[in-house]
Amino acid sequence: MTSAPLTTEGDARTAVVSLSGVSFSYGSNVVLRDVNLQFANGSITALLGANGAGKSTLIKALSGANPRYSGSISIAGESVTLSSPTAARNLGISAVHQKVADGIVPGLTVAENVLLDDLAGGFRGLLRNSRRDFAEARAALALLGLDWSDRVLAQDARDLRISDAQLVTLARALRSTPQLLILDEPTSALTSAEADRLFEVLRALRADGLAIVYVSHRFGEIEALADSVVVLRDGTVQSHTERPFAWHEILHDMLGRATELSRQREQTDRGETVVATVRDVVLFPESAPVSLEIRGGEVLGILGLIGAGKTELAELLGGLAQPVAGSLELGGAAYAPRRPSDAIDRGVVLVPEDRQRQAILPGWSVAHNISVPFLAESSRLGTLRGGIENDRARAVVADLDVVTESIDTPIDDLSGGNQQKVIVGRWLSADPKLAVLDEPFRGVDIAARRGIGDRLTQLARSGSAAVVLSSDVDEILEVSDRIVVLVAGSVALDGYSDTLDRATIVEAFLGSTSASDLEQDAEQHAGLAATVTPPESAHA
Amino acid sequence: MSSNPTNSLPKGNGLVPPPRVEAAIDRVRASVGDRVSAGIVRWGFVAVTVLLVGFFAITEPNFRTVDNVFGMLKFIAPTAIAGLGVMIAMTVGGIDLSVGASAGFAVSIAAWTMVIGNQVGGVAVGVVLVGGALIGALNALLIVVARIPDLLATLTMMFVIVGLKLLIVDGKSISSKMTLDNGTTAPGRFTEDFLWLDRGTIGPVPVPVVIFFLLTVLLWFLLERTRWGRALYAVGANSEAARLAGIRVQLYRTAAYIGCGLLASVAGLLLAARIGQGDVSAGNSLLLDAVAVSLVGVSVLGIGRPNAWGTALGAVLIAVMVTGFTMIGLPYYAQDFGKGIVLLIALLFSFTFSKKRTVVVAGSMTN
Repeated sequence: MTSAPLTTEGDARTAVVSLSGVSFSYGSNVVLRDVNLQFANGSITALLGANGAGKSTLIKALSGANPRYSGSISIAGESVTLSSPTAARNLGISAVHQKVADGIVPGLTVAENVLLDDLAGGFRGLLRNSRRDFAEARAALALLGLDWSDRVLAQDARDLRISDAQLVTLARALRSTPQLLILDEPTSALTSAEADRLFEVLRALRADGLAIVYVSHRFGEIEALADSVVVLRDGTVQSHTERPFAWHEILHDMLGRATELSRQREQTDRGETVVATVRDVVLFPESAPVSLEIRGGEVLGILGLIGAGKTELAELLGGLAQPVAGSLELGGAAYAPRRPSDAIDRGVVLVPEDRQRQAILPGWSVAHNISVPFLAESSRLGTLRGGIENDRARAVVADLDVVTESIDTPIDDLSGGNQQKVIVGRWLSADPKLAVLDEPFRGVDIAARRGIGDRLTQLARSGSAAVVLSSDVDEILEVSDRIVVLVAGSVALDGYSDTLDRATIVEAFLGSTSASDLEQDAEQHAGLAATVTPPESAHA
Repeated sequence: MSSNPTNSLPKGNGLVPPPRVEAAIDRVRASVGDRVSAGIVRWGFVAVTVLLVGFFAITEPNFRTVDNVFGMLKFIAPTAIAGLGVMIAMTVGGIDLSVGASAGFAVSIAAWTMVIGNQVGGVAVGVVLVGGALIGALNALLIVVARIPDLLATLTMMFVIVGLKLLIVDGKSISSKMTLDNGTTAPGRFTEDFLWLDRGTIGPVPVPVVIFFLLTVLLWFLLERTRWGRALYAVGANSEAARLAGIRVQLYRTAAYIGCGLLASVAGLLLAARIGQGDVSAGNSLLLDAVAVSLVGVSVLGIGRPNAWGTALGAVLIAVMVTGFTMIGLPYYAQDFGKGIVLLIALLFSFTFSKKRTVVVAGSMTN
């Protein structure tokens, strides 16, 4: 199923843009591996993949924002160098990025925003003339079937509704008459009516012969819109399929197939004592309440897509947020942490989702990164004792086999996997009653993943509870004794891994994915996406 | 430029070279050229200071007298102390632009308490310190609770404090035995114990120099050796990671601004004692020097973050420059040029030549 699908229809479609052996890495971290893809004119290609699969890296390479890719990209058969967004645009590739706000300059008029690329273009068109600007902007918007009045064109772009702002960015992208248009989650901020309007526009553009790459997490939209689906996972193209879409296959490709790299747990432990209880907690304003017992003596793996409520649950347990409704118990007593320090005092530790932003102290040594939560224990009369800090750091490094020159090495010099081991080891060195790890294996190599997994098993066998939250089936299967599947803020499955097979888990994970329910599913998903608080809002 | 593997917390007092292990790694990693440039980044400021001192000491006999050394340090003490205050705000990733205004406020309040309120110096000191802490708390309120970006909050406070001062003293400088509006003579005066803050000595050392030195040592100890200091730096390095590690980020940020307000008011006390009256314009020029000194402190020794000894050294460098320039007959306005060049070099060291990713400076964090 990885064969190129272009020949199947035998129509006039030809490859506008071809990628051949495109790879990209950040340092030693390879995020795109030997990608071979072709995008045909007059067709919409959906690009699917979990977080970290390499979607955005691929889009950036195509739109000129990642000029350091290796391999070759050719447009209409000619090999090109996409050295900057301007270069890509001149060669016929335009992109509309996910955040509408990033594409709109507040303070400039709507017309000026449509013509923004001209403003950036050196001396050409240096003198502006608002009547001519309006005419040009109106022409650009007409491509989308829009007829906006002068009054609208003259108003400040900041006052546009988000869906109209989206259309402005789209009109701008189309002004350079691209051959390939890239849309990154264009509907994430739109209502379904607004999304429908966008789809009409996209279908019209397709009919005009444009090649469109459409990135989305929403299967319903893809079913409604796309001609073919490309699935990326771990930086490689897993499949490129044409209609009709075999959704289960696609989802397997996206979320991970059992490979020789994954392994089965030798032994599935069953916990006896309840360490923590989640009682009727509502993760999103409109989702059903969740109840869950977290037991000591077992590793609990919680599986869920973005928007399923994983991070929300982790943040409740870690004291970063308070439940909308419902309550938590820990060790039989009420547990209502108001801030992370409360959770830590009660023996609950959280390895957060975003290592760089939420866990690492950049520029600090491994030892000092490890000791941050334990400054009081590392001091006598308020004075830090380097010996205590270093002992703890050395213990963590030995415990998790952290590869580092010394404990005084800056943490930035370690690989992603080893940084993560440092952070996990930091928290496990607290001998927690409950350790919550949110996406602990993101950007982490397999060896580090196994090291961390083994350590979690060890923690559970000592009687504590370990909770791993992830959107990757294989990761969860590898590290968990018990598996809970979270869908749209509710528990869809709860069982021990030796009693479940992979298909059952994936089935539950995806909820009702039969074709008739896809649309509804997508809408639920869309509704959720709107209510999930972005991580930025959890300010310090 | 070399990456600098020794940017963990300094093991010693900040002036001690890195431990042997790190030096060994440094040797293996860095090519010769890299090491030279790393050395320049690390020792450049110390070298410049030593060279300037050497030059003036050789060319100007008056420069190398003990009196002059103490004189320079005494002259720079208020700036240095206000700079230490800015440095504390910078440890949590913030900045305080109200230090000059706070110091000026302290000058007028000290004078008002003694001259109009007819109190002794000790009371004036107490009132001023409480006032400084309150200003710091107000800054913290604006920044931490009201979430106004630090740069804007403290800039606004600068105006508020200056205005409040002028309202309190009716826009006038307050001097001992001045004539009041109702025709009577003010009851109090600048008392001897207060003037001791400027004129007194402990052994051969002027009191302001002693205070400067003690505060530097205290802050060095607090920041480098205590867990509170480590927590302050953690907040500056990554406030979200610090919060998730259980550090009460908002409390530390509040404490940093209160500490800054306190130090600014100490600077004001020394200024008031030096001037001997409640000059309404006192403190006006303090802000830029204080910020400059703390920024120089970040780049000194390639530490790459705000620190006490670096700030003190920055102050000494400016004192040497100003005194030396005056002695060799350069006009006073050459001083500002000199300071500007020093600051420019400091910033180049911190941002351009150093590969360090962790320069924590002014306004880099707004919540």
